[in-house]
Amino acid sequence: MKSLQELAEIRDKMKGKVALREGHNDIRIVVGMATCGIAAGARPVLSTLVEEVEKQGLGSRAIVSQTGCIGICRLEPIVEVFEAGKEKVTYVKMTPEKAKQVVKEHIKGGTPVYEYTIGEK
Amino acid sequence: MKELSLNILDLAQNSIKAGAKHLSIRLEKRGSWLSVAIADDGVGMSPAFAASAADPFTTTRTTRKVGMGLPLFKLAAEQTGGTFLLESRQASEENPLHGTTVTATFDTNHVDCEPLGDVASTVLALIQGNPELSLTYEFRSETAGQRLSTDEMREILGEEIPLNSPEVLAWAREFLEGETK
Repeated sequence: MKSLQELAEIRDKMKGKVALREGHNDIRIVVGMATCGIAAGARPVLSTLVEEVEKQGLGSRAIVSQTGCIGICRLEPIVEVFEAGKEKVTYVKMTPEKAKQVVKEHIKGGTPVYEYTIGEK
Repeated sequence: MKELSLNILDLAQNSIKAGAKHLSIRLEKRGSWLSVAIADDGVGMSPAFAASAADPFTTTRTTRKVGMGLPLFKLAAEQTGGTFLLESRQASEENPLHGTTVTATFDTNHVDCEPLGDVASTVLALIQGNPELSLTYEFRSETAGQRLSTDEMREILGEEIPLNSPEVLAWAREFLEGETK
């Protein structure tokens, strides 16, 4: 069983590290979390993105955030990737598996996974 | 929705959109009955809006004219023979209190009852997206109980460490999953 006091250990371990992590999040990964997104499976997509960004060591470069309805509910779960100086990439009908691949190939590797984007069939 | 925990996440998102600073999610299991209460201190609804809020054709959405969050939750409760109650108030000159509470009960033995599902993931999604929110999650049954308060977490962590840091989220997942399983 975890106890609240373990948070004190986390606090001590993280001291000084937080400032390093902030400041240059140049990639923003946004998950649609309105009724339509949630019903279509956005929650596991969100948690996969959060976990994978950390696992791949991208915590200082990419930030995962949530938004409401993006407006194309039949294509939910939708994930948008905003990167400074680049065009927005919109992924549709996402799954945790696809999310893993997007983090690896797009966020880490720099090449969008075009087959999951809105423009592709 | 496939799980009640997804309905809960959906309604909690409404609370956040309504500007809630405090949000409480309380689950109580007694026998086969589960009660779910989601209470916020957001802006609240006008009496007219509250009266029709569980109607799909009432919505604050701007993307289309149908809103399914509250109707789906109401249906999920009523299809088990349970109840649904929405209480909401906006601040007025006489009374500055404002907020919305949605309470529903479910007969978990009923064949049409959605499973509760992964509540831990719902709480984590809320903390991840809203690290500043004061969130209290509570589960009570005859034999077990669990409570997580982000205010208490923040008290220990201090101001420097955001609640949605990966280390803190990982701790919260273990905390929530360790005690329900």
